[in-house]
Amino acid sequence: MPETKPVLMQGNEACAAGAINAGVRFYAGYPITPSTEVAEQMAARLPEIGGVFIQMEDEIASMAAVIGASIGGMRTLTATSGPGFSLKQENLGYAIMAEIPCVVVNVQRMGPSTGVPTAPAQGDVMQARWGTHGDHPIIVFCPASVYESYYLTIAAVNLSQKLRQPIIVLLDEVIGHMREKVLIPEGKLMVERSSDKDVPSDYKPYDEKGIAPLVPFGFGHYYHVTGLFHDQYGFPTGDPPQVERALDRIHEKLEKYRDEIVLTNYIGHKEPRVAVVAYGCTVRSARAVVKKAYWQNRMPVGLLSLQTVWPFPAEEIEALAKKVDVIIVPEMNMGQLVGEVERYARGEAKVVPLNRYDGEMISPDQISEEVGRWL
Amino acid sequence: MEQLTQDFLRTKKLPHIWCPGCGNGIVTAALVRAIERTGFDQKDVVIVSGIGCSSRAAGYLNFNTLHTTHGRALAFATGLKMARPELKLFVIMGDGDCSAIGGNHFIHSARRNIDLNAIVVNNHIYGMTGGQHSPLTPTGKKATTAPGGTLEPAFDLLKLARGAGATFGAKGNAAQPRQLEQLIIRAANHKGFSVVEALSPCPIAYGRRNKLGGAVDMLREMKEKSISVERAANMDEAELEDRTINGVLFSDDAPEYAEAYYRSIGKDIG
Ligand code: SF4
Repeated sequence: MPETKPVLMQGNEACAAGAINAGVRFYAGYPITPSTEVAEQMAARLPEIGGVFIQMEDEIASMAAVIGASIGGMRTLTATSGPGFSLKQENLGYAIMAEIPCVVVNVQRMGPSTGVPTAPAQGDVMQARWGTHGDHPIIVFCPASVYESYYLTIAAVNLSQKLRQPIIVLLDEVIGHMREKVLIPEGKLMVERSSDKDVPSDYKPYDEKGIAPLVPFGFGHYYHVTGLFHDQYGFPTGDPPQVERALDRIHEKLEKYRDEIVLTNYIGHKEPRVAVVAYGCTVRSARAVVKKAYWQNRMPVGLLSLQTVWPFPAEEIEALAKKVDVIIVPEMNMGQLVGEVERYARGEAKVVPLNRYDGEMISPDQISEEVGRWL
Repeated sequence: MEQLTQDFLRTKKLPHIWCPGCGNGIVTAALVRAIERTGFDQKDVVIVSGIGCSSRAAGYLNFNTLHTTHGRALAFATGLKMARPELKLFVIMGDGDCSAIGGNHFIHSARRNIDLNAIVVNNHIYGMTGGQHSPLTPTGKKATTAPGGTLEPAFDLLKLARGAGATFGAKGNAAQPRQLEQLIIRAANHKGFSVVEALSPCPIAYGRRNKLGGAVDMLREMKEKSISVERAANMDEAELEDRTINGVLFSDDAPEYAEAYYRSIGKDIG
């Protein structure tokens, strides 16, 4: 790891800084609370380093512009919040289908609809999974600190390039607006892609054998990009075996690289009886509880925090459920990811939801009380 | 008519999906010939399209081609142009694609005066979905969603474009493909947002319902109604009633967005 220097910054700023460090040079967006600081940072910094910042006419256009710029060979990012995330869904699906890398940041706010624009919530977890129509693979990272906002954005940019897969960074208002110290490396954390020079003359942008590099437009490889089902060269097809194969292939690439995609972290007792499974800002309250219960009082308690919520960390939950009696799932929504936890606990542990949806964070006391009930 | 440059066509992808008598093939051929005449390097040319019958043209053209989502072609193109200002972008859209669902992107591309060449294939109808009225369907004309004739007035697309800031606007039609080709060349050589509105017959989803005859009749009428900008200049309103004015309707000078942006960050892309 290159040398680091500590910097005090906001979660949204960290996201922008991480993106730039990972090589993002194009940002298109539309103003929306509470994600605006990402755009403002990009508007200030990208012109200084030869990059492009453009404020588009709406959320749909900014998603489209990001995809267009990616096809031109730039690393791209856009940021939004609930209502804007809803509007981005169609073109997000296009990017998944056409396998165009890009990173979409959604700083969640209280919904549905306009909701409470400045109140935190975790209500978009299922939308992040299934917001765009049709069966599709998706990767969603969920930072729980400013530090994670920085590094998960870097991971998202690099992985998105490697897999030719759009990635969502699902922040929440708490992490987006909080200030913390982050260790910023002096060097770049950008993973270069394989060079475009070695492209065969019979270039197949959708090679069945794996993930072909995306050769940007303008270099003499004349392929087609479409949201229709397509063959290896990108041309539309409605042929049932080819359609099925294409859909399998875009899912398989996530399975193949699962170890790089699915990030979780366990702290606490080696043989816990009660575990908390949390993501995003809720991890902070849960960590405070587990630190006290385990580190101070040696109670059989643990915390599995999910940096990746999609693809769902099924194996990790299965393993955890075999160890514990109870899994508590605190979420700032009416219970979204808890359904997945229950599904992969497979009856081995009791799964208890703990929900709050009044626009306030789940407090350590709330979690502590629930943990105490099951010990 | 001379042969089209085979280099610019994906001949293996032909025959195309269009109905017999459709004007899309004529407009596409005019575009290909125009690109050839500009002398642009094949690798610098990008065809972007939206969703609809005419937008399928992208798949038949041997360039880097980008078939996007409904109405959003200009927004995709804006991102690509900003990332790669040296590329020459032609954006094919249908009338509904461009002026209804894509209306916002259309006026804002015009406002920025970004160097994109919008080729709007206007057949006055949503063809692919079977004949619904669009914002360019003339008042009174029938559509599946306006069985008694639409009550809505139509946009004047080129006035809309100019009002929003576009710096080049031209109108041609499939009945006069040579002229259309010339107009596309002029648009391609113009720096800024250029719009070429190409009237095109859709005998299947529009002509039949409105009793306009077959493709040949529609083309004949198109030609008869058309009058050049030069001739129209000396005619009064009564004489111009029910005529379509063809040619370059406006060509203005204003800063182009991609160039202005890059200059502002100290890069000359001139
Ligand atoms: S429906 Fe109309 S526009 Fe579409 S291919 Fe047929 S004739 Fe052409």
